[in-house]
Amino acid sequence: MELEYFFELFLGGLVKGSIYALIALGYTMVYGVVELINFAHGEIYMLGAYTALIVASVLTVLGFPQLAIVVMAGLAAIIWASAYGYTVEKVAYKPLRKAPRLSPLISAIGMSIFLQNYVLLAQTDKFLPFPELIPEFEFWEPYSHIIGSPSLMILVSTVIIMMLLTYIIKYTTMGKAMRATAQDRTMAMLVGISVNKVISFTFVIGSSLAAVGGVLVASQMGQINFYIGFMAGIKAFTAAVLGGIGSIPGAVLGGLVLGMTESLATGYISSDYEDVFAFALLVLILIFRPAGLLGRNTTQKV
Amino acid sequence: MKRFHTSLTATVMSVLFALCLTAGQVFAADTIKLGVAGAHSGDLASYGLPTVNAAKFVVADINAAGGVLGKQVELIIEDDVCKPEVATSTATKLVTSGVDIVLGHICSGATKAAMGIYHGAGLVCISPSATAPDLTLSGDYPNFFRTIAHDKVQAELQVKFVIEKLGAKKIAILHDKGDYGKGAASLAKQFVEANPNAEVVLFEGVTSGSVSFGPIVQKVKRSRADAVIWGGYHSDASKIIRQMNKKKMKAFFVGADGLKDETFIKVAGKDAEGVYVSGPMDYSKNPLAIKAKEQHKKAYGDDPGAFYLEAYAATLAILNAVEKAGSTEYDAVVKALMTEYVETPLGKIRFDEKGDPIGVGFTMYQVRKGQFVELN
Repeated sequence: MELEYFFELFLGGLVKGSIYALIALGYTMVYGVVELINFAHGEIYMLGAYTALIVASVLTVLGFPQLAIVVMAGLAAIIWASAYGYTVEKVAYKPLRKAPRLSPLISAIGMSIFLQNYVLLAQTDKFLPFPELIPEFEFWEPYSHIIGSPSLMILVSTVIIMMLLTYIIKYTTMGKAMRATAQDRTMAMLVGISVNKVISFTFVIGSSLAAVGGVLVASQMGQINFYIGFMAGIKAFTAAVLGGIGSIPGAVLGGLVLGMTESLATGYISSDYEDVFAFALLVLILIFRPAGLLGRNTTQKV
Repeated sequence: MKRFHTSLTATVMSVLFALCLTAGQVFAADTIKLGVAGAHSGDLASYGLPTVNAAKFVVADINAAGGVLGKQVELIIEDDVCKPEVATSTATKLVTSGVDIVLGHICSGATKAAMGIYHGAGLVCISPSATAPDLTLSGDYPNFFRTIAHDKVQAELQVKFVIEKLGAKKIAILHDKGDYGKGAASLAKQFVEANPNAEVVLFEGVTSGSVSFGPIVQKVKRSRADAVIWGGYHSDASKIIRQMNKKKMKAFFVGADGLKDETFIKVAGKDAEGVYVSGPMDYSKNPLAIKAKEQHKKAYGDDPGAFYLEAYAATLAILNAVEKAGSTEYDAVVKALMTEYVETPLGKIRFDEKGDPIGVGFTMYQVRKGQFVELN
């Protein structure tokens, strides 16, 4: 019983952590390339969930099979959210690229508030039911009570996405250009990399990941409203900082550590203090490793 | 010159004031003044304005039928914006304008602040909406009555139902750490602890809006609770219920009036089935309630807002008490409120010695086929 309980909490933390990791990747990639904390990222996650809801509802009415609905709703969410991410960058961050670092930060917060209120007005202020896109199916009975199929789906998708992302960044031309831009933007420009394209691409990838996260979580939770991006965004941002903002494996590790801490703190101590433990851990890690778990300590260039 | 000007103004003012006073006294002789106090502007105006409307309809009807004790009833309406610091001056204003009885206040905090002033002036107050338990239970506010059951009544009913009807022995209590949710959960905890047949196995707050409630549901499962009492609103509740169902847990889920909302059924869908909630009794079939709602619809074209029926009942009850007492004298009115039953939109009610209504209260509902079904 004790071991099983621990195992359940562990898996619960893993699921929570991989959700944080998915969203944290967007924060950390954007930070790595343009040194900007994109506070509108949580809203992109929310927009992804809304798009999937709308598309899934329409397709259900038209009588499409379940699998087609899942795939098409997921794709629509990714495309739509990417379009938003791309546009947000062009509208709110690009004109401020040479401005002092505080200006794009404020612009990001403004964008976040704008998107929230836009959805609030264009859609509704109420909670909306979200269809169970990932059906509950029987597998490895009788252990399914430890981890259900939707949770497993979240884990599997996260792992696949991480692998895909690693491939893109390590082996494709675009990935190499991204890394070059992150290292030194001026130098990258001098060797012929189109920095604007790289930055747009980063936003598109980050937004797609957020959209996938949004769809997976909404499908498991069964409801969405315009405000879901806030909580998810804050926690994912914490995860990104925890792991070392700018570092991709760091975001994943940070997400998992955060999710695991919350889960174990809830399980063994009290959920009243879930956030207290999560943030106490953040403070501790930042005291001993100011750049985060996997962040590189860079001396400030003067 | 300036000095002369000031003293002239002062003279004019005092003459006017004296005139007003005499006018007031003359008036007082042939009308009964009912003060209406509550939030009529600001953020919480939607809680106070329906009371004003209800009082207007009732008074219009009663005046048309000859008034109370042969006198016409006059309304004096004052705004307290639901703030305790404003409520004291609202109360003073009503007392100085010579009201005989008071309908109000709306919010518990403002009511507590104002009640001492009315007590000093020997005025009886009746609130349609202040639900803080100590307003009646503490005995500090002997002139206070209300037509709504207080928060403890609901928690007691809930716990009694869970232990006696559902037969739960181990009870987990969760809340959303908010004012409303934690308050409701703490009251429920007190009642479970007072009952020898059951125990609280878990009492915890969860982070509202979290992306996953897996760990806390895991913990509930380990506590082997037969029932979960939830203090909070529907959005977190439906997520928790969903994860409980996924874990194939059989524990009953019991919520309070924060869950008795159609949105809960809409959002939670099939997960809502079988959930128990406590909520105000269903008055929709009461003929007086139907009449009261129609009056509002006719005059304003929409449905009345919060506490409308309670305010309607309060106005009827207090004016009936004055009629039965034969005067607006404090002791007589209090006695009449406690002894005389009156027909109201909430049913036939009178008040107990603490000032709480008898015959008004909460009842348990269960979600069945997408509907809240009243349980008896």
